[in-house]
Amino acid sequence: MESLTTYLVLGALLFCIGIFGMLQRSSLIGMLIATELILNGAGLNFMAFNMFLSENPATGQIFTLFIMGVAAAETAIALSIIITVYRKFKKIMADSVSELKG
Amino acid sequence: MIAITDIISPVLVARGAFWLMVTVTLTGALLAVAQRNIVHNILGLALAMFGITGIYLYLGSQFVAMMQFLIYVGAICMTYIFAIMLSPPIELELPKRRKAKVVTALFVSLVAFIVMVQMILSYKWAPVTSLSRDWSIETIGQQLLTRYFLVFELISLLLAIAIIGAIMIAGLVRRKN
Repeated sequence: MESLTTYLVLGALLFCIGIFGMLQRSSLIGMLIATELILNGAGLNFMAFNMFLSENPATGQIFTLFIMGVAAAETAIALSIIITVYRKFKKIMADSVSELKG
Repeated sequence: MIAITDIISPVLVARGAFWLMVTVTLTGALLAVAQRNIVHNILGLALAMFGITGIYLYLGSQFVAMMQFLIYVGAICMTYIFAIMLSPPIELELPKRRKAKVVTALFVSLVAFIVMVQMILSYKWAPVTSLSRDWSIETIGQQLLTRYFLVFELISLLLAIAIIGAIMIAGLVRRKN
């Protein structure tokens, strides 16, 4: 509980669960949820390094706050794109929305 | 008044609470990716975010923990719920889960996890000599407006652009139809 390794392994676990969900889901909203998990794994790492290794304890907290801001912006944009895609294709499955494929 | 710390030692209580939070986080994360129903996924995500809030408390930052709870559980999960409730039902056609896809995803994430854990365990983390323990919100606010001022402003700009962009993307198409 007081070691850096515990937190790092927990962050890696969250990251990998997120990758698993991202690859395995076929609905766009499901993939977006997995993205949140990946971002949180990264944020957890920042906080752990901040607690154990940082000289200035404000740095990691500020980085985590920035990650949260970026995640909020990403959610807003991605959800509006998903709603638009749904209106156009009547589907939100990543496989069936392939018109933009190069 | 008998507190729980009178019966069990406070160290044990703290350790138990920590592992409880870890369990809550991992359960929520697994629910968020493994369930088929999208509402269950969102509830799992909220559970995982709540667990991470507890872990942030253990990492010494009440401010970031509070922000995590407010932003993720309060704002992001609610946005998902709204997006789902306002759109037509999506469980009309549940896609067949393809076994090959799941196995491949499991393989990739397992390999990534093993590599990461090996890296974490093999590196010797050298602690710094001068650890300052100034966790106060005042320090964070001061640094946000001095040292990290540019990033702070950029994040505000990014959020404003994201809001306007979301309205444009979701609103313009409807007007055209």
